[in-house]
Amino acid sequence: MEHLRLNGAYWGLTTLDVLGKLGAVDQDKVVSWIMQCQHESGGFGGNIGHDPHVLYTLSAIQVLALFDKIDVLDVEKVANYIASLQNEDGSFAGDIWGEVDTRFSYIAICSLALLHRLDKINVEKAVNYIVSCKNLDGGFGCTPGAESHAGQIFCCVGALAITGSLHHVDKDLLGWWLCERQVKSGGLNGRPEKLPDVENGGISDRPDDAVDVFHTYFGVAGLSLLEYPGLKAIDPAYALPVDVVNRIFLGK
Amino acid sequence: MHGIPRKALTEEEQGASSLKSAKLRDLQSQVLHFHHNKIYTEEAIEISAKLLESNPEHYTGWNYRKLAVQYRLDRRSEDGVDSESIQSILDEELRVVENALKKNFKSYGAWHHRKWVLSKGHSSTDRELRLLSKFQKLDSRNFHAWNYRRFITALKKIPDEEELQYTTDMIYDNFSNYSAWHNRSVLLSNLMEKGGKQYDKENVLGEEYEFVRNALFTDPDDQSGWFYHLWLLDQTLKQEPVFLSSWPPNGSNLYLSLDGRLKGQQSLPILHFQSKARKFPLVLYFSEAVEGVSSSTVTVEYQDGDSLLWTPLSANNFGFSQAWLTYLKFPDEVPSSEALPVKVTIAHFPGITSSKGMPCSQSCHISFSVCVTSDDQEHSEVQSSHRISWKEENFKARATQSLEANLLHSFSKLEITKENKPSTPKWSMEIISTEIAHCRELLSSTNCKIGKLTLARLLMAHKTLISYGIPDDGTEVHYEDILALYQDLMKMDPAHICYYEDGYTLVLLKQLTSNIESLLKHCDRYQESSSPSTNPYLCVRLNGLSLSRIGSTEHLLWVQMLDLSHNELRSIEGLETLQLLSCLKLSHNRLCSFTSLEPLKKLKYLEVLDISHNEIGAHSIDTRRYLCSSPLTHAVGGDWYFQKFVDGDVKLNNHWDAYLLFKDLNLVQLEMIGNAVGDERFKAFLLKLMPELKWLDGEKCR
Repeated sequence: MEHLRLNGAYWGLTTLDVLGKLGAVDQDKVVSWIMQCQHESGGFGGNIGHDPHVLYTLSAIQVLALFDKIDVLDVEKVANYIASLQNEDGSFAGDIWGEVDTRFSYIAICSLALLHRLDKINVEKAVNYIVSCKNLDGGFGCTPGAESHAGQIFCCVGALAITGSLHHVDKDLLGWWLCERQVKSGGLNGRPEKLPDVENGGISDRPDDAVDVFHTYFGVAGLSLLEYPGLKAIDPAYALPVDVVNRIFLGK
Repeated sequence: MHGIPRKALTEEEQGASSLKSAKLRDLQSQVLHFHHNKIYTEEAIEISAKLLESNPEHYTGWNYRKLAVQYRLDRRSEDGVDSESIQSILDEELRVVENALKKNFKSYGAWHHRKWVLSKGHSSTDRELRLLSKFQKLDSRNFHAWNYRRFITALKKIPDEEELQYTTDMIYDNFSNYSAWHNRSVLLSNLMEKGGKQYDKENVLGEEYEFVRNALFTDPDDQSGWFYHLWLLDQTLKQEPVFLSSWPPNGSNLYLSLDGRLKGQQSLPILHFQSKARKFPLVLYFSEAVEGVSSSTVTVEYQDGDSLLWTPLSANNFGFSQAWLTYLKFPDEVPSSEALPVKVTIAHFPGITSSKGMPCSQSCHISFSVCVTSDDQEHSEVQSSHRISWKEENFKARATQSLEANLLHSFSKLEITKENKPSTPKWSMEIISTEIAHCRELLSSTNCKIGKLTLARLLMAHKTLISYGIPDDGTEVHYEDILALYQDLMKMDPAHICYYEDGYTLVLLKQLTSNIESLLKHCDRYQESSSPSTNPYLCVRLNGLSLSRIGSTEHLLWVQMLDLSHNELRSIEGLETLQLLSCLKLSHNRLCSFTSLEPLKKLKYLEVLDISHNEIGAHSIDTRRYLCSSPLTHAVGGDWYFQKFVDGDVKLNNHWDAYLLFKDLNLVQLEMIGNAVGDERFKAFLLKLMPELKWLDGEKCR
């Protein structure tokens, strides 16, 4: 799992912050390691020496946001890397190899919003592409015509939220589809007739399975959204603690 | 990692595991080394294959292989010798991908690499389809495989009709194949859009309803068929938008005056309007959200015919809205002896379209007249200084018979004019009625949750089509039955009770506003006993009905005083269309945040607001944070002048939502006691934001 260490950093550190324990970490060490993952193109790889990709670029920005250290970045350089990946139809590639997926639309929009550089992309086209991925059940897939999947839905709805475009979502229809993901055990599945998984709604993917930081993050985030006591509120669009998001957008 | 059981590893297992990790790490560092140094020897490439076949997630490895392929292809053309064929180079890639997929069927990197190879154009798409058939037999729900199938069929230009047959085969194989149903919906949408006799909407829907009925009757508890059925219903009801109602109402005579509060005596409050600004609103309400309402698509014949500015009345600043607003000036002659006519033509030429892309192709018109009454100078001062107490004893039921008769007469004006009935195809009603019958049949033998919900939706659709003027075909549909279905659902499926409460509320409001008699039951005269010389109001009382949301506002455009207290409202979306509201009671509801009150910002005449005893500030999570315009949604520009309103040590971030709301309200009276906000500093903040505010929580504040 070396190739996604930067994602792991984001999952682990955000969880710590939601639990109120971010202070336990050596901030400077993490920041300097993150910067070593940056490629000359401006994008970040999953670990030192790995190729750049938006998946890890967002995690880098998010972790720096937790520490209020976004200013260590050459913001223009990172923003230009992300913006260069937008296609004519508004969609985004993940990297220079061209895989298109609405996950990358979310990543681009979320990253650029956190960097206050949304104006570097064509937001209207980006939104239109996401809307073209809307399905019969109100959900969203990874490309036009692809089946709805809770993970993709998070990305698409998040991107629409950040760009003030939630009016494109049929809230009642999608809301019902999403709440139908809850199965008898109380867990949530990602699509109809599939197994429940905490990444959709424990700390392992399901009871009695092995734990890992990925599912721990989603478990804790879910608990925060359900207003579980003792946890900081998490913002559902930027997937960062609310105080971090407020500081970036509302603070002066 | 998914699906790995939690158990402590034995020592032996731990040893094997760390050996495996060490091997993998070694492979990884070798591949990175080759990649950074552009080493593309046979041995190096072979090592990358080993890595990717055991760890398909190593994305840099796939990038390396792409560069290696490009290197080999370039070298081949340089050499001129038939060293290795393009075919064999690419076939090797496909082999590595297949092995990687065996390890992890869902690896994005592996699937994308395969697409990349196929895009080079030298590989057999037939072979890919055969491979896909194999994969889909193993797992018919793998969305990577379905996406890849879409990629290949596009590459091979396979017509949609053939793919449609494929989904038919998959569904006959297993009804519970949501992925196949989903694909079917995509293909049919394309085919219906292309047109052609075979894919005429009426034919397609008829066949599809029959097709899905098999699935529903075979296994009523499987969701796949029901979601597809819901899509078919949506396609059946997808009609042209229809103009529903307006304020001022068609055929009415509106009395305008310059000063004072509502005058109740000689005429009816619904047809009275006061404004110091010498203008009155004109609201048009459509059956669904539309765009394109402007002075070129709507003509207003009145006085000198200025070009009017129309604005959409949606809670967010979106181009589509069900309700549209413009302002007309008072007649120039004051007082006018004759009523001035106003004719509004909602034109049919292209311009007004629904958010689903359907044009409003039918032209219709409304007419009303306006006249200005003389100013009542004595009353104006008294009107503006008293407080609305909302006390129960101040409400009196419809007092006089003449008032009731007058109200009845006015309300009848609110119905859609006969000329403006839409031309919706008859087959939609036929389909709805057929489906109602089948659904009832199904439910007679199984107690199926989604079946009940579907029946409720079908019955409501039937009611809606009738309200648009389509003749009733004799199917028995009563509001009470629909309400009973939702109550059943709340008992059967308590986990989703909020969703059913919403459905119940919408049906209840439709029932309540569906005819004059039932609406009248909820209208009361309100007279402030402490100021008997002021004029009474006409208040619509929808309190204590367990309402969880707003609906049926097309029948309430005339309302000036509204009591929605003691309900379950978490949202007030829809209230923004009630442009005449000046007194609103929302106390004892479930409003959780100031962001949920955003619709009020569109109510220019709102003066009295009661939001006491809600849950504002009581929740750590604001679920409506992204449903309103703010810096978070990149919708607020230069008016973010927060600083000047706040004292030195007040926490700015904590009040950004209150700031965004109250800066656009011009309240005279506010009640907010019983929420988790509202300390003295906050109250002082509000006084600064609203200079007109006279009463705060029952006390005079200036």
